[in-house]
Amino acid sequence: MNRLIEFAIGLLFGWGLLLSGMTDPGKVQGFLDLAGAWDPSLAFVMGGAVLVGFFAFALAARRSRSFLGHPFQLPAAREIDRPLVLGALIFGVGWGLAGFCPGPALVATAAGYPEALVFVAAMLAGMAAFEGLGRLRGRALTADPAS
Amino acid sequence: MDGAGDAVHALYQQVRPPMARTMTIDWLHFTPWLSLAGGLLIGGAAALFILLNGRVLGISGILGGLLARRPGDAGWRIAFLLGLAAAPATFWLAAPAGFLAEPRIEAGWGTLVLAGLLVGFGTRYGSGCTSGHGVCGISRLSPRSLVATAAFMAAGFLTVYLLRHV
Repeated sequence: MNRLIEFAIGLLFGWGLLLSGMTDPGKVQGFLDLAGAWDPSLAFVMGGAVLVGFFAFALAARRSRSFLGHPFQLPAAREIDRPLVLGALIFGVGWGLAGFCPGPALVATAAGYPEALVFVAAMLAGMAAFEGLGRLRGRALTADPAS
Repeated sequence: MDGAGDAVHALYQQVRPPMARTMTIDWLHFTPWLSLAGGLLIGGAAALFILLNGRVLGISGILGGLLARRPGDAGWRIAFLLGLAAAPATFWLAAPAGFLAEPRIEAGWGTLVLAGLLVGFGTRYGSGCTSGHGVCGISRLSPRSLVATAAFMAAGFLTVYLLRHV
C-alpha cells in the first residue's frame, strides 16, 4: 500500500514536471538567461508549487504524525554552513550548463532522450563520488542528507 | 519608419534605462498557464509526500540516498522513482500529440557530462536540489533552503550569462 502511494506521488510529480516545462532544458536556460530573450515560465512553476506546498507544510507542522501515521522526517540541520552554500553553487553551475536538474533529467531519460541519459549517468557518478568521499573521510559530508 | 522616427528610436535607445535595454521577454516560449498548472501538480505531489509519508520530496536526496545503501531504506525510494519514470509514457497516453513542445537540448556531450557531475555532487554536498530546497524548503520557510535556492539560482543566472553572452 505504501509502495503504491509512493509510486503514485512519483507519477504525479513527473506529470507536473512535464506539464510545467521543467523537462525542457531550453526552457530552463531561457529562464536563467536574463540578458537574452527571457522566458519567465519557471517563476510560475515555482509560484504554483510553493503555493500548494506552503499550506501542506503548515498543516504538517500542526500534526505529530502524518495522515498515514508515519513520523515526520524533516531536515534537522539549522546552520547555514559552507557545504550548503558551496554545494548549491556547484549545483547551480551544472544546472545552468545543461538546463537539467535531477527530477526533470530522470523524466527526460524515461522519455527516451539520450542526452538526458548521459546527464543522469554523470549525475549518478557525481552522487557516488560524494558518497565515496564521505566514506573516505569516515563520516557524512553533511549532517543532513534528508532533503 | 521614416527619418524622424528613426532618429527618435535611436535617441530612445540611448536614454532608456539599462534594464529596459536588456530585458526582452521570450513570448514565443512563455507558457504561464501550463507552467502554473505543472507547478500546482509539483506542489501537490510534495504536499501528499509530507502529509502521507512524512517525508520531504527532494529528488537528489531520494536518488542519492539509494547510493548510501542503508539497509531497509530502498523500497520507498525505488517506488517513487518508478512512478517518476512512468510519467512520460502515461502523460502521452492522455495528452494529444504535440501538446508539449519538443525539448530543446543545446548542450553537447562533454557539457552534459560535466554538468551531470556538478549537479550530482553539488546537490548531495548542498543537501538538496530544486525540489528539496526550491519547492519544499521555501514552502516551509527554511532559512537554509532559502539561502541554497538563492545560491543555485545566482550560479545558474551567471553560468547562462557566461555561456551565451561572453
